[in-house]
Amino acid sequence: MGAVRIPPIAFGLGCVALCFCAVEAMLAIGVLNQFVIPFPSAVLGAFGRLFAEEQLLHRLLVTGAEALAASLLVIGFSIGGGILLHKHRILRLATESWIAAAAAAPIVLAYPLFLVIFGRSSATIVAMGFVAGLAPALLKTLEGFQAVRKTLLNVGHSYNLSSGQLFWKIQFPAAIPTIFTGIRLGLIFTLINLIGVEFLINFGGLGQLINDLAERYDLPGVFATIIFVILVSVVLFSALEWIERWLRPSR
Amino acid sequence: MSGSHSEDETDMRASSAKLRLAADTTDEIDLVIQDVSMRFNTREGTVTAVDGVSFEIKRGEFVSIIGPSGCGKSTVFNILGGLVGGYDGSVVVGGERISGPHASIGMVFQEESTFPWRTVIDNVAFPLEVKGVPKTERYAVARKFIDMVGLTGFEQRYPSELSGGMRQRVAIARTLVFEPKILLMDEPFAALDEQTRVLLGDKVLKIQQDLRQTTLLITHNITEAVQLSDRVLIMTFRPGKVKRIVDIHLPRPRQGDVVGSDAFGRYVAEIWNDLREEASRGMAEAEDSARLRGA
Ligand SMILES: Nc1ncnc2c1ncn2[C@@H]1O[C@H](COP(=O)(O)OP(=O)(O)OP(=O)(O)O)[C@@H](O)[C@H]1O
Ligand SMILES: [Mg+2]
Repeated sequence: MGAVRIPPIAFGLGCVALCFCAVEAMLAIGVLNQFVIPFPSAVLGAFGRLFAEEQLLHRLLVTGAEALAASLLVIGFSIGGGILLHKHRILRLATESWIAAAAAAPIVLAYPLFLVIFGRSSATIVAMGFVAGLAPALLKTLEGFQAVRKTLLNVGHSYNLSSGQLFWKIQFPAAIPTIFTGIRLGLIFTLINLIGVEFLINFGGLGQLINDLAERYDLPGVFATIIFVILVSVVLFSALEWIERWLRPSR
Repeated sequence: MSGSHSEDETDMRASSAKLRLAADTTDEIDLVIQDVSMRFNTREGTVTAVDGVSFEIKRGEFVSIIGPSGCGKSTVFNILGGLVGGYDGSVVVGGERISGPHASIGMVFQEESTFPWRTVIDNVAFPLEVKGVPKTERYAVARKFIDMVGLTGFEQRYPSELSGGMRQRVAIARTLVFEPKILLMDEPFAALDEQTRVLLGDKVLKIQQDLRQTTLLITHNITEAVQLSDRVLIMTFRPGKVKRIVDIHLPRPRQGDVVGSDAFGRYVAEIWNDLREEASRGMAEAEDSARLRGA
């Protein structure tokens, strides 16, 4: 298994390295403007400074804690809401298209409203992240429950399962793959909005750092932080995949 | 007047004799389906899937339903299993009229019905698990049935790692594991090759005889129906009615080799004759409606 996974990872890293070299070369010969795009070598060099002077790890923890809070809210409310909408047809018919609209709306623009409600605090950031991720995750969760095959439910009925058993033994495990797709989708929105709002209100962890560095025209620092954010989200989604495999081992 | 009086009397005697006969056999009759009709509303209008179907199955009897595709076999299956409502008529199981799934009925479904998130052994042990049987015990029982359907060695596999026929065998084992008194099977062997079908049929038949299970098998396969059944019920093409019931007088216990006998061949030919009529009517209707749609 391990051996099978090495080539794609090596290929991916190789491509990234190649791009870095290409950009480095183009900056050196002046095809790209070095006042707009920093040297990749300088970006990599900035990491040491970010860890030492800008408390990158501490900021990671701040953003991480906010992300965790918002994610847990998204997961809880999307699964709870999904079950509710699945069970109550009227509620579903009344709200589904609104939720779909909300999923497509640029909710980040509503940040002043949240500022008024929660103040310039972590609460605003968590709330924005939560609101942005909820709608897509909720829609997918609902879809997961709605799409459980009739025959599997009939198997449950034929064994006279109680409605609780039917849910936990059949509906929920059958819906897990779709629910996870939804959660992954939702958490992408959550993370984007979370860091975006940190940037906008200049408060909190990594988003604020990007804002600070940009104001100081520290381009290598900005790019390094962005790369760091990308790495964090890669780790986050790998972890999510791992949890999914653990929850539902079959393909 | 007096003439009609005596006629009444004979009538009454006849009907009380019938009643007595019914009383003698009620203990024996396990499953009654009485004048059941089922209609579906579709975009093209109302489809009568099943029209006035009545039959009885005695305790321990093995009955097959055979009929052309779309004649309402699965509909009857779902009605007997208590999985659908909204039909006319009544279904009586073990003396009580059902309005939902009955605890003594086990079902094997026509469609893929294994749980993809459970291993073979956890699939098979499922009915025991929901009944609260402890793990070691239910695994032991499940292993026995996995062996019976020839899947030993595959206990830890997931359904996605099995062939379609193997998955169907998992589903059969899962239903047999809780030893239902009444067994309903909807084309359980359809995904199997002829040899496996006959061998597995033997095994199911053996369990059925051991447990004296009342069994209803739905099938397309005439050989299978004759090999396994005490009676074969032939259904007409839409709307699905009972066309004829054929008693199979072949000696029991039967083995797969009964398939080669003369008597067996005669039954197959007889049923095939009836079925061909229905199947060709079905084909003709399909062609007609295709032509109508084309015009
Ligand atoms: N849920 C439904 N809605 C509408 N029509 C239905 C529904 N279920 C069955 N039918 C119709 O009822 C008829 C009988 O269907 P059924 O599934 O019972 O056939 P079948 O005899 O089991 O066929 P097969 O041998 O192909 O499995 C078909 O014409 C089908 O179109
Ligand atoms: Mg069918």
